[in-house]
Amino acid sequence: MIGKILGKTYVGIVMLFLYAPIMVLIALSFNASRSRVLWTGFTLKWYTALFHSNAIMKAFGTTMALAFLSAAIASVIGLLAALAIYSMKRRDYKIMLFFTNIPLLNADIVTGIALMLWFVRFLPLGFSSVLMAHITFNIPYVILCILPKLETMDIRQFEAARDLGANSAYAFTRIMIPDLIPGILAGFFMAVTMSMDDFVITYFTKGAGVNTLSTLIYGEIRKGIKPEMYALSSVLFLLVLIILIVVNLLTGSEYKNSERR
Amino acid sequence: MSKKLIELKNISKSFGSTLVLDELNLYIRENEFVTLLGPSGCGKTTILRIIGGFETPDVGSVFFDGEDITKLPPNQRQLNTVFQKYALFSHMTVADNIAFGLRIKKKSSSYIEEKIKYALDLVNLPGYENRMPDSLSGGQQQRIAIARAIVNEPKVLLLDEPLGALDLKLRQEMQYELIRLKNELGITFIYVTHDQEEALTMSDTIVVMNQGYIQQIGTPESIYNEPTNAFVADFIGESNIIDGIMLKDRLVQIGGVSFECVDTGFGINEPVDVVIRPEDVELKDPEGGMTTGTVTSIIFKGVHYEIQVESAIGINFMVQTTQNFPIGCHVGISVIPDNFQIMHKPQSEDEEIMSAEDYSAGNAV
Amino acid sequence: MNRKKIQVLSIPYVIWIIGFTVIPLLFVFAKAVTSPQGAFTAGNLIAIFDPVHRKALFLSIELAFISSILCILISYPVALILRSSKIRNKKIILFVMILPMWMNFILRILAIQMLISKNGLINHFLSLLGLGKISIINTEAAIIIGMVYDYLPYMLLPVLNCVLAIPDDIIEASKDLGANRFTVLTKILIPLSLSGIGSGITMVFVPSMTEFVIANILGGGKIMLLGNVIEQEFSVTMNWNLGSGLSVTLMIFVLLTTLISGRTVSETDKGFVI
Repeated sequence: MIGKILGKTYVGIVMLFLYAPIMVLIALSFNASRSRVLWTGFTLKWYTALFHSNAIMKAFGTTMALAFLSAAIASVIGLLAALAIYSMKRRDYKIMLFFTNIPLLNADIVTGIALMLWFVRFLPLGFSSVLMAHITFNIPYVILCILPKLETMDIRQFEAARDLGANSAYAFTRIMIPDLIPGILAGFFMAVTMSMDDFVITYFTKGAGVNTLSTLIYGEIRKGIKPEMYALSSVLFLLVLIILIVVNLLTGSEYKNSERR
Repeated sequence: MSKKLIELKNISKSFGSTLVLDELNLYIRENEFVTLLGPSGCGKTTILRIIGGFETPDVGSVFFDGEDITKLPPNQRQLNTVFQKYALFSHMTVADNIAFGLRIKKKSSSYIEEKIKYALDLVNLPGYENRMPDSLSGGQQQRIAIARAIVNEPKVLLLDEPLGALDLKLRQEMQYELIRLKNELGITFIYVTHDQEEALTMSDTIVVMNQGYIQQIGTPESIYNEPTNAFVADFIGESNIIDGIMLKDRLVQIGGVSFECVDTGFGINEPVDVVIRPEDVELKDPEGGMTTGTVTSIIFKGVHYEIQVESAIGINFMVQTTQNFPIGCHVGISVIPDNFQIMHKPQSEDEEIMSAEDYSAGNAV
Repeated sequence: MNRKKIQVLSIPYVIWIIGFTVIPLLFVFAKAVTSPQGAFTAGNLIAIFDPVHRKALFLSIELAFISSILCILISYPVALILRSSKIRNKKIILFVMILPMWMNFILRILAIQMLISKNGLINHFLSLLGLGKISIINTEAAIIIGMVYDYLPYMLLPVLNCVLAIPDDIIEASKDLGANRFTVLTKILIPLSLSGIGSGITMVFVPSMTEFVIANILGGGKIMLLGNVIEQEFSVTMNWNLGSGLSVTLMIFVLLTTLISGRTVSETDKGFVI
């Protein structure tokens, strides 16, 4: 009995450690005073300030454009690659997975530097260089979301469709793709969050003038944080939370489908 | 008769709001091969887990060799379990798996080595010491699980549907193997299964269970030949279970026709269940039978034919015979008085439960 | 569709790999073995033995090691407690525990900085209680706190997944054979969850070792990890060749870590949980 209580307390403390900092951040975004420790009343003024700040709104736009654009391009390239990799023989399969794993396993700082060294040869650093960098680290996530779905997919349904007279293109688009949609969406949203979360690679490939929310906050921290940043943090947190819930609802409904099957 | 080794007294157990065992009493004698038999959810595995120490009963006590072990954790009980899915330690070699219990008991390494060799010989897998469990077939894994349990020289071996995951042929082989092991080791086996054939083949005693209650306890022969109620009759082998009326002692009426039987002690005109085993129904010329019927289907089953006969008294009989009767054939049907099993009809679920309690309380194993 | 036709679909990705993974890395290697004037030199690689760089490398490894150990020590009991608890939907708890992993990385450091800074909330509470202030901001301890906070979910996820996946009957079998709780832990649970701990280490140790942002913010820019040195070579000193040389060294250590922890990060370990 005592063990049970101790256990719950321990898990509670770990939860507190994980969540308290974020909660404090959110609480401060509604604090009327600039103080980081004194609560002087509820306000939404930091949020209004947030939406009136050109720099922040611009960075927000850049972040979102980057996230969705890079995720979309990565999803297309990744889906095609996953299909191809799935059909490869063992040796080629392993080679492809090895290269897919490089951006995942390599230190972000090295990936960032490497891309920067390459980009400066032919491209002024800016939005397009950051976009290409984000696509680069997003493709592996897409592939690794889709490939397991392909591997657990019952290839016999494709054969059954062929047996029933569908040509391969028809069987592919009508039978295989609908089955893969949860995987593709999971990969897409994973890429979106990864892109929004990235700091290091953006930092090295962005050049002057372009800012994402991450790089903007980083710059602000060094200067001293303004309360608008807390408001921004809360908005970002909410945004990621929404994306996660959407993704889990999508993959959740997929489980229900598979049960029915 | 040898002494009682394990005794369960007044055991009740619920999971959430489901009552799994209700005031169950059972004892098991030394050196017996006892099988707990019943459909899934009947509580047989729960009994095994209570004996093994993995569940604590809500009410009641477990005695081992006269000692109350109800609260004793599994690692301190003198019995070992062979798990349904073998539960081999996948990160250890076969030898390390087998040595696990002995190392905990701090046995010498020469003793352990000897025991591993002995156990592997016993389960017919000599030389498998350094294999990993993953590299073994299901049947081999099962043998290792048995070896791992018996090296600890338990007084009782608990086996939880150990053959459930094996294919038919392997299952039959392992049945003989288990009987041999039991005789060589001279210890008590408590075996849980839902497979009546397994139970009939291996056991000294069978405990038939349903819905948390013991239905019948007895030798395989007595359970098969004299089931005490329709559930047992239906569960053990195939049966024709027919509504009847006990006119008086030794006379039962089925479909308006009276038949001689050997049962006594029922009330006058009491509704009863009449159980007739398919192999006890004789088919002959229409003139020679007690009633007549028409063959509606015949299936060849290898050793015998399984025949459905629509009888003149409006009852459909299942018959097993080595003779071939074509569909549409007009036949006579007869059953000798010994082969009518007469059973009380349960009036309600409660009554069925009451009668089951009587068996569990009264019957000796 | 036959195999050959399907494999054509990988062409865009192969081009992308060559253009944005292979060539950039070759550029790092090329820079690493040349001087700013373009002559071949091993100096940028040997530079790691320079006392300043060597110190930064050792500090990086030390802090990454401490953070990894702390993450294991925090995660494993959580896994054991959840395993033994009767809660039905453990997946939900797991999801809630790793949710902060999806929070913006910079924000999480910002939150920690706010708590532990000199005039931060913790010190405020301590002074309210009449206790002295702690000054951990701008120390190695602060960096470790930041690393543990940032990367703990990466340890929790694989460790919890692994421990919760161990079948009950394995544990029961070992108890049946006489094992007490301690033996069950040391002989069964820990050996069977080594793969989870292994991928947890990879996912905590590698980013901690290559870290420069946490050290910049929580270390006050005074504590130099190898990541900080490299970053400075690129953004302040502008010696890209030296920076590349140190990057190659860092890559070698990353590779060694991955090999030692014996496995690569599998996709399921970082995937969505529910």
